[in-house]
Amino acid sequence: MWTDIIMVLLTLTNMVALGTSRIRACIRIVAFQGVSLGLLPLLTHPFAPDLLIFAILNTLLKGVVFPVILVRTLRQLNVWKEEDPYVDYGLSLLAGPFVLALSWWISSRLPLPAAISSSMLIPVALFTLFVGFFLIVSRKKALFQVLGYLVLENGIYAFGVAVAFQQPLLIELGILLDVFVGVFVMGIAMFHISRQFDHIDTDRLSSLRS
Amino acid sequence: MINLKEIFQPLAAMLLAPLLFGIINRVKAFFAGRRGQPLLQSYYDLWKLLNKGAVYSTTTSWVFRASPVVCLAAVVIVACIIPLGARNVISFSGDFVLAVYLLGLMRFFMVIAALDTGSSFEGMGASREVQFSMLAEPALFIGLAVLARLTSSLSLAQAFSSVTPQVWASHCATLLLVAAAFVIILLAENARIPVDDPNTHLELTMIHEVMVLDNSGPDFAFIMYAAAIKLWLFSVLLVRVLLPVGSMPGWASVLVSITAVLLIAVLVGIVESCMARLRLIKVPHLLFSAAALAILALVFAFRD
Amino acid sequence: MILLLILIPFAAGLASLLIRQDLWRRRLLIAAALCHAGLVAACWIRTAQPLWSGWFQIDPTAQFFLTITDILFVAAAFYAAGYLKAEKYAMSKDFEEHQLFVNAPEAVFTACLLLFLSTMTMVITSQHFGMLWVAMEATTLVSAPLIYFHRHHRSLEAAWKYLLICSVGIAISLLGNFFLAISASGSGVGVVSLMRQDLIAHSSQLLDSWVKAAFIFFIVGYGTKMGLAPMHTWLPDAHSESPSLVSALLSGALLNCAFVGILRAFEVTSAAGLQEFARDLMILFGLVSIAFAALFIIGQADYKRMLAYSSVEHMGILALGIGLGGAAVFGSMFHAMNHSLTKAALFMVAGNILAAYKTKTANDVQGMFSAIPKSAVLWTMGILAITGFPPFGVFMSEFTILKAAIDSGRYYISAIFLLLLAVIFIGISAMAFKMAQGRPEKPLEVAPERALSVWPPALLLAGVLVLGLYVPSKLSDVMHTVAVFFGGGR
Repeated sequence: MWTDIIMVLLTLTNMVALGTSRIRACIRIVAFQGVSLGLLPLLTHPFAPDLLIFAILNTLLKGVVFPVILVRTLRQLNVWKEEDPYVDYGLSLLAGPFVLALSWWISSRLPLPAAISSSMLIPVALFTLFVGFFLIVSRKKALFQVLGYLVLENGIYAFGVAVAFQQPLLIELGILLDVFVGVFVMGIAMFHISRQFDHIDTDRLSSLRS
Repeated sequence: MINLKEIFQPLAAMLLAPLLFGIINRVKAFFAGRRGQPLLQSYYDLWKLLNKGAVYSTTTSWVFRASPVVCLAAVVIVACIIPLGARNVISFSGDFVLAVYLLGLMRFFMVIAALDTGSSFEGMGASREVQFSMLAEPALFIGLAVLARLTSSLSLAQAFSSVTPQVWASHCATLLLVAAAFVIILLAENARIPVDDPNTHLELTMIHEVMVLDNSGPDFAFIMYAAAIKLWLFSVLLVRVLLPVGSMPGWASVLVSITAVLLIAVLVGIVESCMARLRLIKVPHLLFSAAALAILALVFAFRD
Repeated sequence: MILLLILIPFAAGLASLLIRQDLWRRRLLIAAALCHAGLVAACWIRTAQPLWSGWFQIDPTAQFFLTITDILFVAAAFYAAGYLKAEKYAMSKDFEEHQLFVNAPEAVFTACLLLFLSTMTMVITSQHFGMLWVAMEATTLVSAPLIYFHRHHRSLEAAWKYLLICSVGIAISLLGNFFLAISASGSGVGVVSLMRQDLIAHSSQLLDSWVKAAFIFFIVGYGTKMGLAPMHTWLPDAHSESPSLVSALLSGALLNCAFVGILRAFEVTSAAGLQEFARDLMILFGLVSIAFAALFIIGQADYKRMLAYSSVEHMGILALGIGLGGAAVFGSMFHAMNHSLTKAALFMVAGNILAAYKTKTANDVQGMFSAIPKSAVLWTMGILAITGFPPFGVFMSEFTILKAAIDSGRYYISAIFLLLLAVIFIGISAMAFKMAQGRPEKPLEVAPERALSVWPPALLLAGVLVLGLYVPSKLSDVMHTVAVFFGGGR
């Protein structure tokens, strides 16, 4: 029941991420996604102390640290909106449900051996994954691409939770650390991009060809 | 012999619909700190207009004269289809298609009457109306299809009475999505804020109001009345999705529905007090999200 | 021992952030590189103990690839000492667009180099798929600042593409990890860990369809990092815009690391009885990569980009060799070594050319023999080696792969392979030899060539030459052992 609700929330946040042009709203949405996903393992797995530590760390990182880093970058860059993406927001919104249907179809064809707590977990995880990809390729602002990367990561994480599979804590922490450093480095890179180019439109990063 | 419970439903719609405008206006006045018009102001307005004569421009043809009558007739028939309680006067398998198309017919006549006047303002309003309804109508259809799928019945009366608490428990997410889509459609189809502002005085930004600028007297009364009934009907649709009244005994369900419809008018008033009208460019975006919500619901409904 | 291998460069990297004097920092870089290399050399004599109940282990594969990485890193460290000395840290003029730029602080550069070595060691030695993933992503993160050493907008663009494309690619291979986990947990014997050995031991119980899916995700994910076409798009940019010694390391060492990731996945997939499927995929990606490279090398104007596309080609050859099986796997291993040495040498020489001519356009470079004779000789040798001329090692390994293809009766593949190699040969040599011959258009003010920028590539090329004539029996034994892991035979 709770898993279902989180999955519906995930779907809706994905839709909002697809439909919004305001970067700050998108940061909040992705943070919200991160928090709700961070709580998910506590609902789907039997309780264990290292699980709790991991959930807390995960929630803190995705719910607090990332938004803080990204909003700070946003302030430094002074870019708040993306006016002209490759794919228009209305169209992105309409594409969303079709992508969801696609993920549903794919997941219906995957033979799932493990017992999963909700029939919605796999399709919604796939959906989140696709939305992340979509954001990366359809938006021009570098910040949106980083957000797309985070959504993608959320999708993969949801998938990991979905298959009721637990890696050793050390690996999980390693993955978290990597994602953290990744976002951090991307934040720095974006700062440099805005200083060099006076904008963060990646479609104008095009001096290197063939 | 016509069943009293059945005939009561369109009658209630026809009698109570203008009250909705009164309620909305009172709520908005309350939020603005005014006393506002009397609740029954719409009835007085209608009465006043009916007692006046109509003025017709010489450039108009019979289409312009026929339009108000057709609009009112269409909407009254729809009022016989969309059920407040268990069963309405007209009910058959697939009746929701008829309902949506009758509403489409109403819009069609509004639009060609507006074009018939030859005024550029009215043409502009007609174009906007068509553009937005083109987006809203699929969303409405898909929402209704979701209901049909969930309850596996093709008539509105049956579908709505199968929306039981059990269905809500098992398909909470789907129904909420449909309801959210219906809220947006309700606001868009009835020319309310944030899509259109019924009280605006600037023709350039109007959608619905600018189409009926040339109507006067009884014609205008008909159109106002039709609009009121349309608002009522969309509110009923929303109520029947949100509230599982179908499982209640006969008259109780009707009464609860009517109360809920009046409450929705209050909500619309609140929305109108809190929000500003969207820029026209943003309206398709809002309607896209309604369609997206409805399609999402459809995907959820088909998953099991 | 493994702990030392990982920790020495790590600690040295952190220390180099603290050291103030440039000279000491360069000495530390060389010392750490030599220490690391010494430890790896020691592994050839006695086997190292596994670390953390086998999470890190120097198996033959790790030993082989660590050796390549270390040879390159030592060469690069010496080259770096000369390179960093010659670099200016004030505002300098960008010679392509004449804008001003500064370099990144040298301390950051050195630190990232050393951390890069540390993370690559982790990738190569890790036996746990999760750990492998973590280390692989870490290599991306520490090498991105290396690409952005010259702080101008082109290198920034390259670094951004590298960061984003590789991160996304590697995220995909995380999904591969999960798929592998599903395939392991569905067998009913309880959850099998993602340790390589465990997976192979339980390989018969893995679920086929999920292993297949996992392998596809691994090859796409790690293939992005390895530079397999069509996921190679970051590679030419990153290689052409980063300092030459970084290009050398990216091309010679990092791509190999990603290759190791794919090899580990290939091993498990084959063990699960899906060898044919995995091989077909490898052949497909291999040929597509070689074809892409041929397409872009023809008519390429920038000689560093040309070298980068040549890396795409050789990664394709490695994948092809694995896919063909049999003796080709041995060829593939041998080729990995040859390519790394040659390509690293070439990038270093390209750095010398760039320093002398201040242009990356091949047409503007002429008369290297009269301007920078030593680099010109090395450049010619390197080009001959990389295009597969006998008696260099690259010829031997490419020939081994081709022969295996023909022996196994895959004539179409051999024909396509040969044709593409010929096209690439023409493309590269047409450009590169023109650069060496002729007279400089305008007289150049060239500083005399430094020992530190000539000897490292010279020694690497000498190594390739020796490998072409004689392979030490110990090395060939290890390569055979490794080849057997990945479905090879004699």
